[in-house]
Amino acid sequence: MTGQEQGVLSGRSDFQAIAAWVRPDSTVLDLGCGDGVLLKYLEQTRNARGYGIDIDDANVLACVRNGVNVIQSDLERGLAGFDAGSFDCVILSQTLQAVRHTEEIVLEMLRVGREAIVSFPNFGRWDLRLQVALGRMPVSAELPYQWYNTPNVHLFTIADFESFCSGHGIRVLERVALHRGRPVGALANLLGSIAVYRIEKPR
Amino acid sequence: MTPRNHIEPRSVGAVRPQTLHFAEPLRLRSGAVLDSYDLVYETYGTLNAAKSNAVLACHALNAAHHVAGYYAEDPDNVGWWDNMIGPGKPVDTEKFFVIGVNNVGGCFGSTGPKSVDPKTGKPYGSSFPVVTVEDWVNAQARLADRLGIDSFAAVMGGSLGAMQALQWTIGYPERIRNSIVVAAAPKLSAQNIAFNEVARQAITTDPDFHGGDYYGHGVVPRRGLRLARMIGHITYLSDDVMMEKFGRALSSGSIGFHFDVDFEIESYLRHQGDKFSEYFDANTYLLITRALDYFDPAAAHDNDLSRALAAARARFLVVSFTSDWRFSPERSREIVKALLDNRRDVSYAEIDAPHGHDAFLLDDRRYHALVRAYFDGIFERL
Repeated sequence: MTGQEQGVLSGRSDFQAIAAWVRPDSTVLDLGCGDGVLLKYLEQTRNARGYGIDIDDANVLACVRNGVNVIQSDLERGLAGFDAGSFDCVILSQTLQAVRHTEEIVLEMLRVGREAIVSFPNFGRWDLRLQVALGRMPVSAELPYQWYNTPNVHLFTIADFESFCSGHGIRVLERVALHRGRPVGALANLLGSIAVYRIEKPR
Repeated sequence: MTPRNHIEPRSVGAVRPQTLHFAEPLRLRSGAVLDSYDLVYETYGTLNAAKSNAVLACHALNAAHHVAGYYAEDPDNVGWWDNMIGPGKPVDTEKFFVIGVNNVGGCFGSTGPKSVDPKTGKPYGSSFPVVTVEDWVNAQARLADRLGIDSFAAVMGGSLGAMQALQWTIGYPERIRNSIVVAAAPKLSAQNIAFNEVARQAITTDPDFHGGDYYGHGVVPRRGLRLARMIGHITYLSDDVMMEKFGRALSSGSIGFHFDVDFEIESYLRHQGDKFSEYFDANTYLLITRALDYFDPAAAHDNDLSRALAAARARFLVVSFTSDWRFSPERSREIVKALLDNRRDVSYAEIDAPHGHDAFLLDDRRYHALVRAYFDGIFERL
């Protein structure tokens, strides 16, 4: 990875892990794509053919400014405009904790995509558990909000997500837990602040 | 922040329409042939040496070639998309060479029903052939030929204009690099056609219509045209914006227990109808509403829009407005879906604007910022 590429992705520690799992020349749908910087990177380095989805006007404009395809749409209403299996990979980067229809969205991702990549802040990390044990809602680099202004509505742990997957017949293909951008080894649910999963749902 | 590399928006200034005569017959979708015809057009900005910066702005139902600027002899006559096109505007004429053209069948200088048929020496009137979006685009392509433009940087339009921008990508995929499709539908719904039919009936049942040959009678079917415009106008606005603008306000403060104007909205519609019937040709109104009705590129492909757009090579910007009930956002999503099926480059924005279908003509900050950003991208790729 060049310095420039690292610069592009420096804002989000999970982007490198996600990009590493996107196969060259694949078609990618990035849900909650923000300003489209991940898609732009995937197009440049993986020759991916990508589309972002975002509901926010400012993000849609930022994507157009970045030369990235973006479809303004509300994820909470599902992916009705997209056919089953029409994308190689559907990505949801650090958005799952902020949606209301969590279960539906993961299942929609796995309907539209042959596989999906999901990243989320791990609520199981030890320092967050400690803050809760001390009687306060946790605040960290990955969860920088106070309880009263957080956009996150469904906080969950690595263990929760794996239980969700096995309960819904979702196969975990790969998993990496990160802290400060670096993979952690053992005790992922204690040491990882961000988790990234590559998953599929056998049809 | 994005670099502020653009200048303060201003008008393109005084403009002058030009006319080109086309002697080569135009075979129409109906099978009829227009032996020769004129196209009146305006241009803004400068065509670059590579002739790669041309943009075609397609008009909708009641507009024409006068897209931007004003006429020196009539400074109040400002182009219909002047807020979009000009130096420093979203479509920056310091960067792009923009063309507006009155379509065949029109009533603002291009050959249409009120033009004189060289074969008879009389206005075409009822004998003017039915023209379609495809025919218009074919005529526009000939204009491009004459201007030496092999490929447009962009073709753009709202409503019926957007249908032309879409048709360009199907009919001339190698001659359009970007298609800007605003407030569009891939075909009319039954309700859309129904509104058009009421408008046409208003015109054709006006005693002054004379089967379309009213020119020789020294009259115009003004009452019909007025009604047509009134019903059209209702469909361009949203319920909310109409309520906000007029509510149930009364013209004279109290109801009059008569059938003349009581409510402000009545007065407004009558004014719009009167104004329109002064300058628009009734036969052109019939033709243009028919062109709307007939546009359905999917029809030739088992009603599969994805297959209809399979030939398209352009990049697309599709924009809809939440309060547009004439061509609702769902209709634009049909276009987006078909483009996704074909893996075309497409961005789609749904602008939360209260103004209904007319929003495409208005100066909405988010809408214009988006078009500006998209055209900045086009310019970078020139």
